[in-house]
Amino acid sequence: MTDEVGCLKAQLEEKDKEIVALKNKLAHLEKSNASVLELYEKVTPLTPLKAKASLSNEDIMRYSRQLLLPELGVQGQLNLSKTSVLVVGCGGLGCPLAQYLAAAGIGRLGLLDYDEVELSNLHRQVLHGEENQDQAKALSAANAVKRLNSTVECIPYHLQLSSENALQLIQHGKPLVSAGALRMEGQLTVYNYRGGPCYRCLYPVPPPSETVTNCSDGGVLGVVPGIMGCFQALEVLKIASGQGSSCSQQLVMFDAQDARFRSIKLRPKQAGCAVCGENPSVTRLVDYEAFCGSAATDKCRKLNLLSRDQRITVQDYKSIIDTAEPHLLLDVRPLVEVDICHLPTSLNIPLSSLEYRKSEHIQLLQESISQLKQQMEGDCRPPVYVICKMGNDSQKAVQVMEKMSGSEVDSITVKDISGGLMAWANRIDPTFPQY
Amino acid sequence: MAAPVVIHLEFGGGAELLFNGVKDHHVTLPSQPDPWDVKQLLVWIQQNLLKERPELFVQGDSVRPGILVLINDADWELMGELEYQLQDQDNVVFISTLHGG
Repeated sequence: MTDEVGCLKAQLEEKDKEIVALKNKLAHLEKSNASVLELYEKVTPLTPLKAKASLSNEDIMRYSRQLLLPELGVQGQLNLSKTSVLVVGCGGLGCPLAQYLAAAGIGRLGLLDYDEVELSNLHRQVLHGEENQDQAKALSAANAVKRLNSTVECIPYHLQLSSENALQLIQHGKPLVSAGALRMEGQLTVYNYRGGPCYRCLYPVPPPSETVTNCSDGGVLGVVPGIMGCFQALEVLKIASGQGSSCSQQLVMFDAQDARFRSIKLRPKQAGCAVCGENPSVTRLVDYEAFCGSAATDKCRKLNLLSRDQRITVQDYKSIIDTAEPHLLLDVRPLVEVDICHLPTSLNIPLSSLEYRKSEHIQLLQESISQLKQQMEGDCRPPVYVICKMGNDSQKAVQVMEKMSGSEVDSITVKDISGGLMAWANRIDPTFPQY
Repeated sequence: MAAPVVIHLEFGGGAELLFNGVKDHHVTLPSQPDPWDVKQLLVWIQQNLLKERPELFVQGDSVRPGILVLINDADWELMGELEYQLQDQDNVVFISTLHGG
């Protein structure tokens, strides 16, 4: 009798365990199904983020190491859980920023990016993987963040921030934690925070668009935006938890070469500011791209400085090589890019050397042209074809060379190769590297 | 006559590319009848240091939009901008604003 009771009890215990395991499995499956994220192509109103009354046991365990900090504590953690943050751009800065905000338990993350993941992004945009190429960055980032912390509400926006949608996404009066990173340097400032200056107080006039360099032109070491994105996350977490940021009216500069941070005191909020001053002239959002005279994207623009007869296509150049027509091929990219790849017969003289008539380079050019002239015999204008990466600098170089032709160098016929080496790689030689 | 002024100039955020990539410059501004101010410094930089494309550094008699000027670790707006009178051993930084990443 007692044996039978004992046996049944053991069996029941066994079944109970099985039920718990099945329930856990079901909950897990339901959770992962529910976390299939929808990509937003436009802004739609969201339900207000609900404030948590208290932390769950799971919350306490997950955030225990930061809950131990008196600077954060339970109240700070609860404050994070009721904060929404919009991350504008899911690139080199946005990836680590979103990652640390999600890890720390921010309530809601809007992840906005118009672009798709490319191989050349992966060295710095660390939420995206090889398998995410061609996927919307916003979605790729949201999925990565969701894997890290499924309790964070993620809203991926596949669009560009514009005067059309900005006020739908951002309520008036929110602080802006802004950073930039290029080459081996980073900068960070918190704007519109506790009576400090806004972006327009500091930069009333946009810079000339040709002075604004992006990562695809200037290059960037991936860890530099990584550090600045982490720094942004730090300031967002301090603001959201209630500790406050100390970067208002401050410019933090990071020099990665010297491993040095510096903080500079900036001007206060300006009474005459067009946006936040006493008599603002900007009372509704303006077309920011028109205001800056520049597209708010990281894509290179195509210049059109030359007439059609001053340009040849890569196909034209291929047949010039095939028919062994005597010519000079001039590559006007900086040396660091020529080291990455170049066509075997090209002469490298960077555009800046042509523009500033660097004597050793001008001499080299004179020699190469007069050699070509001798080789061609007779009274002719030797053809010079100019190439660069995309076909922008090559056009500028043609304009410079036309001024030099007949005076600083022998008379030449100079044309550029439209689309540059990237067009060569795309249409003529698929084995030629692209960057 | 104002005595020569020894100052430290720094260029960053890409502005150094207009100065052969050199970020730090220790310079001596020669003796002149009036004290040196920032407006005169900009002219001196153009005549003595600027190697390339002046339009990427100056516009009119000031710096071009998008370059912040910092005098002794503070925004020049707090120091009197172009009228600030340079002192011996001053540190003047010209920093181009970075966008994106």
